[in-house]
Amino acid sequence: MKQSFEDHVATIAATQETPAGPAAPRRMTLNMGPQHPSTHGVLRIVIELEGETIMKAEPDIGFLHTGIEKQCEAINWAQVVTLTDRVDYLSNLANNLVYALTVEKLLQLEIPPKAQWLRVMLVELDRLNSHLVWLGTHALDIGAMSMFFYCFREREDVLRLKEMFSGQRMMTSYIRPGGVALEPPRGWEKAMGKFIRQFPSKVDEYENLLDSNPIWKIRTQGVGFISIEDMLDLGVTGPMLRAAGIPLDVRKTEPYSSYEKFDFEVPTRTENDVYARYRVRLEEMRQSARIIVQAMEGMPEGPYQAADPHVVLPDREKMKTQMEALIYHFKIVTEGFRVPAGEAYQAVESPRGEIAYYIVSDGTAKPYRVHMRTPSFANLMALPPLLEGTLIADSIASLGSMDFVLGDTDR
Amino acid sequence: MSELYHPAILETKQALGETTLIADPAQIVDLCRHLKVSENFVRLSSITAVDWHPAEPRFEVVYHLHSIEPIRRVRLKCRVSGINPEIDSVFSVWRAADWYEREIFDMFGIGFRNHPNLVRILMPLDWEGHPLRKDYPVHGYKYGYAKE
Repeated sequence: MKQSFEDHVATIAATQETPAGPAAPRRMTLNMGPQHPSTHGVLRIVIELEGETIMKAEPDIGFLHTGIEKQCEAINWAQVVTLTDRVDYLSNLANNLVYALTVEKLLQLEIPPKAQWLRVMLVELDRLNSHLVWLGTHALDIGAMSMFFYCFREREDVLRLKEMFSGQRMMTSYIRPGGVALEPPRGWEKAMGKFIRQFPSKVDEYENLLDSNPIWKIRTQGVGFISIEDMLDLGVTGPMLRAAGIPLDVRKTEPYSSYEKFDFEVPTRTENDVYARYRVRLEEMRQSARIIVQAMEGMPEGPYQAADPHVVLPDREKMKTQMEALIYHFKIVTEGFRVPAGEAYQAVESPRGEIAYYIVSDGTAKPYRVHMRTPSFANLMALPPLLEGTLIADSIASLGSMDFVLGDTDR
Repeated sequence: MSELYHPAILETKQALGETTLIADPAQIVDLCRHLKVSENFVRLSSITAVDWHPAEPRFEVVYHLHSIEPIRRVRLKCRVSGINPEIDSVFSVWRAADWYEREIFDMFGIGFRNHPNLVRILMPLDWEGHPLRKDYPVHGYKYGYAKE
C-alpha cells in the first residue's frame, strides 16, 4: 500500500516516448508548476501530451499544507477564528462565517438581526473582492492585461471598506461566534453607499471591455467543457456548476444568516464553458451588489452581539464597573468558552462554492476536531476531466475558470 | 424527511437538525450505493475521520451526503478499529471520494480497500506518521519540539 517517494517520482517523471516508427504518435510528459504563474499558488500538474493535445493531467497538491486542522485542536474556540481567515485569502469572511455558524449551532445561540445583516453585507462584499481578483487575474492570464488594473482599482475600495470595519484589509477575523467583533464604524453608511452605488456601472465597464474583445471571446467560448455528471460525481460546486445550468446555491437552498429575507437571483448559464463561468461570476457581482444595498437600507437596530455572557466578551465599560462582567471577561480570556459536546456540519456559499465545516466538540474549551470541506479541494478534483482531450493552449483558460485558491485546497 | 432504511444502518440519530446514521463498515459500499440510487444522494459533500484515541474502536469515518432534489443532507458514520484500520473505498459510488480518502489515509492512516491510487496527498510522500491522529504532537516529531 505504501509507495516510496522514489517510486512515485519515477512513475511521474518517466517520459514515455514510444520507440515505434516516425509516424507513431509520441507522448511527452510535461511538468507544469509548482511555480507556474497561471496557477496563482503552488500547484503542480503533470501533463502527458500527444502533439498539442493533453492526454492525461494529474494534479499534485499539498505544497501549501499548513496543518490548520491540527492546529485548531490545540487552541481554544475563539482563537480558531484567526486560523479560518488564513484558509482562503480571498474569502476570509466566508470562512469566518461558516466557523461562527457551526459553533453557534453547537451552542444553540441566537444571533441578533443586526449582526446577521452585517454578516450578510460583509460576506457579499468579500464575494465582490474574490470575483474581482479572479476576473483581473483570469483576464491577465488570457492576455487582456488592462482588466487587471480596472479590477484591482475596485478591489482596493473593497479592502478599504473591510479595513474600516475590522481594522484589517485581509485577515479580518470580524465575524466571530456570538456576532461580529465590533460595532460598525462611524460613517460606514456613507463609505459603503458611495462604493456600492457606483459599483454596478463598473461591472458594465468590465463587461464592455471584455465582450467587445473578439480575442477574449474566441479564447473562452467553447473552451473548458466538463459534463454535469462528472461535476456532480466529483463534488464540484459554485459558479462552475451554475455555469452548467444547475442552480445550486446554499444561500437559496439552505438559507443561513437570514439570506431568505434578501431578494436576489442565482444566475445560471447553460453553455458550460469558460465564457459561461465568466458570465455567471459577472452576474453574481451584480446580485451581490443588490444584496449589499438591501442589507444597508434594511439594517436593523439593536445589539451586534448575542446576549450570552458565557460566550461573548462583555462591554469594555461594563467590565470596568461591574464585578460580574469582569469575572466573565477573565474567564473567557484565560480559559475560553466551553461548547457542549456534539457535532455539527454547516455549509455556506463561498465565492468558490460550498464551504462546510464539520466540528466535533467534546465539551471542553478547545475543538476536538475541525474538518474544513473547502470548495477548491473538491473543484480541483475535476481538473483531469476538464483538461484531458483539450489543447495545451486552452489549459490556462480552463484552469483560470475554475477559480481555485491553493491555500484553500491544502489547508 | 422520510425515514431512511437499509440493513446496514445500525442506528439513526437526530441532533441539532441534522441526521446521523451509524452504519456497519462492512456494508458501507452497499449502503452508499443504495442512498445514491434510491434516495437520490447524488453528491458526496465530504469524507473525514475523527480519532477517539485511546477509545476502541478508535476511529470514526464520517461521510456527508447531499441530495439536490429534494434538498437534504445526511451524515453517515462508521466505527473503525485502531488496530490495522481499514474500510472499503466508496470510490466506485462517487469519484469525489478519491481525494478525501487519500487525505484520510494521509492524515489518519486509515486504509481504503479497492481505492485506485492510495498514496499521500497533502504531506510529502516520505513522511512518517499521520498528523491528525491524537497521539501525534502538534509540533511534530522533528527538531525536538515534542520533547518537553
